[in-house]
Amino acid sequence: MSESVIEKQAGAAYPAPAVEELSMQKTINRALADALRADPKVLVLGEDVGQLGGVFRVTADLQAEFGADRVFDTPLAESGILGMSVGLAMAGYHPIPEVQFDGFAYPAVNQIIAQIGRLNYRSRGKLPMPITLRVPSFGGLRAPEMHTESLEALFAHVPGLKVVSPANPHQAYHLMRLAATMPDPVMFLEPKPRYWQKEAVDLAEPGMLDGARIAREGKHVTLVAYGAMVARCLQVAELAAEDGIQVEVVDLRWIKPLDIATLAGSVAKTKRAIVVHEAPLTAGMGGEIAAQLTQACFDLLKAPVERVTGFDVPYPSGDLEDEYVPNVDRILFGIQRVLEYRRG
Amino acid sequence: MSIAPRHERTTTAPTLEVPAAELTVEQQRELYRLLAAVRHLDVSAIAWQRQGIIPGYAPGRGQEAAQVGSAFALERGSDFVFPTYREVGVARAWGVDMVAYMSTHKATWHGGLYDPAASRFAPIQAVVGGSVLHAVGWAHGQTLDGRKADGTLNAAISYFGDGASSQGDVHEAMNFAAIFKAPVIFFVQNNGWAISVPTERQVAGGSVSARALGYGMATVQVDGNDVEAVYAATKAARAYAAAGHGPVLIEAMTYRRGPHSTSDDPGRYRSLEDERTDGGQDPVDRYAEALRTAGVADDEFFAQALAEAQAEENAIREGVAAMDPRPGTEMFDFVFQEPTGALRAQANHWREESEHV
Repeated sequence: MSESVIEKQAGAAYPAPAVEELSMQKTINRALADALRADPKVLVLGEDVGQLGGVFRVTADLQAEFGADRVFDTPLAESGILGMSVGLAMAGYHPIPEVQFDGFAYPAVNQIIAQIGRLNYRSRGKLPMPITLRVPSFGGLRAPEMHTESLEALFAHVPGLKVVSPANPHQAYHLMRLAATMPDPVMFLEPKPRYWQKEAVDLAEPGMLDGARIAREGKHVTLVAYGAMVARCLQVAELAAEDGIQVEVVDLRWIKPLDIATLAGSVAKTKRAIVVHEAPLTAGMGGEIAAQLTQACFDLLKAPVERVTGFDVPYPSGDLEDEYVPNVDRILFGIQRVLEYRRG
Repeated sequence: MSIAPRHERTTTAPTLEVPAAELTVEQQRELYRLLAAVRHLDVSAIAWQRQGIIPGYAPGRGQEAAQVGSAFALERGSDFVFPTYREVGVARAWGVDMVAYMSTHKATWHGGLYDPAASRFAPIQAVVGGSVLHAVGWAHGQTLDGRKADGTLNAAISYFGDGASSQGDVHEAMNFAAIFKAPVIFFVQNNGWAISVPTERQVAGGSVSARALGYGMATVQVDGNDVEAVYAATKAARAYAAAGHGPVLIEAMTYRRGPHSTSDDPGRYRSLEDERTDGGQDPVDRYAEALRTAGVADDEFFAQALAEAQAEENAIREGVAAMDPRPGTEMFDFVFQEPTGALRAQANHWREESEHV
């Protein structure tokens, strides 16, 4: 715990512990409550976010505390939820709409891309779009079709949108608090397979929230990941360490803006990089990151930037999910490829 | 077989009482001056396109009464207008800077160069169903803000056409508005055509207002070529919405007398004879005749109104012609409130490569 937190708590009769073991689902819930408390213009809206508290209970109890004016259910219509959020933003509010599952963003693509992403531009900055769009994202739950998608490259490609994906409960709390104060639209991609993993969270000390974060130090190869894949890469790093390979894991956090400086800093040390994501290979974030790393570190790289990703197929059914999502073995093979690479 | 309802499921849409317009003579004359100004500007803008002053334009001829009459009934400083791309008459009657408005047709800046926050006239919109939802969201924001000292709410008005009503967003907007009782006026200009497709091939159920009834919404169909009737309907709708009773849909039956845009060729889908018969009496001429009959205006007034319209159009044309392209840096300046490092780098790169020559 840092000095400043101790100072803040000095004099309090029963200081609440700043560091708690919490799940991501709980920390996002806390972040939403704290954002609603901090700014009367913050609103939470979407399908079933009210009394039910969302299908993942991420918005549990918020309506009871803040009332049905500030936390409200909408009809089942994603374009409507996001189009309404545009109007609310124009009226001076900071809406935090939820799209219940990633694949349900598709019916709202016009509102996300042609409206939310462009209104600041179209109005020459006079109609900012402070909208934090929560999207439970990625696979791992064996959920039905459209409940399991990896849309980050689509959103990152759209001018006017910022895209972030927390990898752990601590990041989730603080990135949500930050996004809820930002004047630009933020696609907040919550890794739903990580919702229930408890980890230590320091609610008082966010640490640096800009750009990427080194999640684990290593010197032989850099694994770049975000969202749910960060935990898997950390697991891979543990296994690789048994063979004496020290893997550095970089948690991208911000998919857009992309923090290429931190990635290049890591690659300058390791000379090798692998991007890991669930989304299809072609035109995915891996391609963008590989291109930028090649530009930034061409002379330093000892192997081409590798990609271990999903395939160019629709996100498959639960039974095939483990074949599709990069697993430990595929990532280890990727590490082997970059370590054994020899120039022709 | 019958299914017993758990709840009373039938809803009866409320009726909107529309009293006759109560307009002073000066207001009537102002309405005509607006119609004349809009007509002159609109017809001239087509000529500007032919002369190469602007690359394209979406004419509004025939819809002046619907646009001017409705905008004239709104409250400046309270209400917010959500247009599509053919609301030149609304913009003029609402007091939008018309050079800045025309800049979108000059290809200077998407959405127009006016300040949409100050003018309370949202940027010009091409995905015509998209902004209908924005009006609902803005209107719901007024409900959340609470009533003003006089006990009313600010109202939003969303302009769209019979063609736009085919888009799913319009359905979602009406449903949301009715659920949230949002103070919003859906103002449909049913101008008979969605580019080349006539209303009967565009709108199932006979009319857009028939659909709104299904949402339990107060609706009114009005002769969109009668400026005072449109004014009266909008005034009543605004009062209804502002009182917190919920949304209203006005369907103004009018006719698009010209092409959809300066690139369109109506001769491929309708005849000149159709245009003459289907359009009915010209709305601007019609009001002139009414005012003349009522003794409200005479030749001198009409000559004066025309002269003012011509002078105004001249000034706007000169303003548009003199408008330079925006500085290239602005391409980068307005993407975000807080630009990203990557965008700043791209702007710098652009500057280096474009300014070295």
